[in-house]
Amino acid sequence: MADQLLVATRKGLFTVSRRSGGWAVDDVAFLGDNCPIVMHDPRDDALYAGLSHGHFGNKMHRSDDGCTTWTEISTPAFPEMPEGYEPPVNPMTGKVIPWKLKLLWALEPGGADNVGRLWAGTIPGGLFRSDDRGETWTLNRPLWDDPRRNEWFGGGYDEPGIHSIAVDPRDADHVVVGVSCGGVWITQDAGASWTLGGKDMRAEYMPPERAFDPTIQDPHLIATCADHPDVMWVQHHNGLFRSSDAGVSWTELACETPSSFGFAVSAHPHDPNTAWFVPAVKDELRYPTDGKLVVTRTRDAGASFEVLTEGLPQDHAYDLVYRHAMDIDETGDTLAFGSTTGNLWLTSDGGDHWASISSHLPPIYAVRFIKRG
Amino acid sequence: MPHVRVTRNLQRHVTCPPQDVAGDTVRAALDAYFELAPDARGYVLDEHGGLRKHMAVFVNGTLIGDRSTLSDPIDERDTIDIMQALSGG
Repeated sequence: MADQLLVATRKGLFTVSRRSGGWAVDDVAFLGDNCPIVMHDPRDDALYAGLSHGHFGNKMHRSDDGCTTWTEISTPAFPEMPEGYEPPVNPMTGKVIPWKLKLLWALEPGGADNVGRLWAGTIPGGLFRSDDRGETWTLNRPLWDDPRRNEWFGGGYDEPGIHSIAVDPRDADHVVVGVSCGGVWITQDAGASWTLGGKDMRAEYMPPERAFDPTIQDPHLIATCADHPDVMWVQHHNGLFRSSDAGVSWTELACETPSSFGFAVSAHPHDPNTAWFVPAVKDELRYPTDGKLVVTRTRDAGASFEVLTEGLPQDHAYDLVYRHAMDIDETGDTLAFGSTTGNLWLTSDGGDHWASISSHLPPIYAVRFIKRG
Repeated sequence: MPHVRVTRNLQRHVTCPPQDVAGDTVRAALDAYFELAPDARGYVLDEHGGLRKHMAVFVNGTLIGDRSTLSDPIDERDTIDIMQALSGG
């Protein structure tokens, strides 16, 4: 059972710990700095934090002593554009997709057998790999150079980005990547080649003849069942989807109460039929339906959903939960999520009851339990 | 020699004291400066060597014109200020 939680926010990285009286915020690093992403590596217990300085660009830091001290390490950087290279143009804006790091958006360990390997996803849609604990990074050119990337476009951000990286615990060379808006991409050879998944995903925001085009889907987040990694869940821009073939094809799930829009999703680590979502009204109305904050849970592979409210505000709550701002521990019983309005909630019984940990943190971007391998 | 000064806000992150450096363009002077303060380079310049979008470089109080290659000429008595733009915060 996890007893420590990292909360990455607009104004620093907070540590939340379990105490005898419950969970409480007990420390902060990078106070005042924008921290969009944080990762715990269960292989060597290292912590990684991405900072996005408004003026000074994106930086990465690593802690090898449990958040006490941090060392700045290398940040993924785009190489020089080759002579004569024609960069893709964002089809929605007509502007060239930049070859510059705008945001470090995803960080994942690269598999149990590859200690030191990390994957990073960025805006614009670059996938980077490090084999030395973030000391150096290499842009994955096969995905970056795939001509189908020309179809990608930005969602909430102007440029497309990689926010989800799922490394198969059975085979670390098998990696599934989620792109907004660019669908689901699959490699079986550690990034040497890529195939496009996302079959049967549906995009309401496109003309009907392109609704099922896998290159323009907007999977807001991909979550994988740790014990059954062929089972994946997606909170998509306009619906919920589940895959039982590791992202190749998807089934849309009916969940209209209160809505099927949102960003966050957590998969139960052991039960392939259970997942949690935090819905908001819709894309243009990013707040909980009727001002009532709820979590939806399915325990039957998406055939039905429960609406969980116990301990969550049901009156004038306008919290939005970003895609990386919910996490689940290794037991599947403890979940935590944080909101744009700085609220942090936690449950120890799978969502039946929630407790407020803090109601005055900065806007929360990412929440990660420290899980012991 | 041109004199380089850096915003105090960057000194919160990396060591970058004022320095006299050689160079007859902004690029040459900043390259010389970052030899002395290497950790500051990535905070001021992007991965391709251009000035970051929300950074500003002044020569004797005047904004430089070439933000990409930093080719503005400078004199040995000039002062270069590396500042934050008011945007980007």
